[in-house]
Amino acid sequence: MQLLMFYFFGFGAVVSALLMITTKRPVRAAMSLVATMSFLAGCYVLLHAHLIAALQLIVYAGAIMVLFLFVIMLLNIQEKEGMLAGSAIILQVVGVLLVSLLFVVMVSLFKVDGSVALFGEVAAEFGTTKAVGEMLFTKYLLPFEIASVLLLAAIVGSVILAKRRIDDSE
Amino acid sequence: MVSLNSYLTLGAVLFSIGAVGVFTQRNALIIYMCIELMLNAVNLTIIAFSRYLNNLDGHVFVFMIMTVAAAEAAVGLAIIISLFRNKATVNVDDFNISKG
Repeated sequence: MQLLMFYFFGFGAVVSALLMITTKRPVRAAMSLVATMSFLAGCYVLLHAHLIAALQLIVYAGAIMVLFLFVIMLLNIQEKEGMLAGSAIILQVVGVLLVSLLFVVMVSLFKVDGSVALFGEVAAEFGTTKAVGEMLFTKYLLPFEIASVLLLAAIVGSVILAKRRIDDSE
Repeated sequence: MVSLNSYLTLGAVLFSIGAVGVFTQRNALIIYMCIELMLNAVNLTIIAFSRYLNNLDGHVFVFMIMTVAAAEAAVGLAIIISLFRNKATVNVDDFNISKG
């Protein structure tokens, strides 16, 4: 049963990720990315990461992707047709080759000793809000507070970057 | 049973798809989405290792990565908006003003 669920979520995530990188329309790419993130949230549930699965759906598939869609609608982009220049295609082919080399290295690293690592049993409270929250407010209190400063800096930075200058508004 | 290796392979596949997208797409918004996909693949790897080692620290790391991803998306989209305001395009090939 668990294997079946893993294959369902895994294939769903890979297929929607492939849809995302092959389309040219930003809205379709955004919706495919929402699907990928939802499938990944399913994987997190299989891994007993219940809090992270909920955060994945709320923060990623909810907040961040709504921000993306909002910007796509705001910009109203006209798609440009036509072929790429020759040098750009060569760059793309070289990039894809480098990534496939990286992929082969990554997958071969998993098989170094040839053994299959199975998951052990975990406690019932593994990955719940209580357990992760306790860790956040004790062992990782300082990084947690720094994260709030980071978010404040991001808010101020995005407001300053995106606001319209007064002198060029006419 | 699902092994650790299957989750790591899934993470590697998703990361590679995201990296290929960064190289092949020309739309700045879709490139940002590919970067988000790569961050997600790393998150999956961290969660899988966290489950394997029976250790909750990985969940806190993923929490932090999500925070940074949200900040990055907000600032990056603001940059894209101000670029679009200057050139009326989001095609990355048209932005070569900092080329030497």
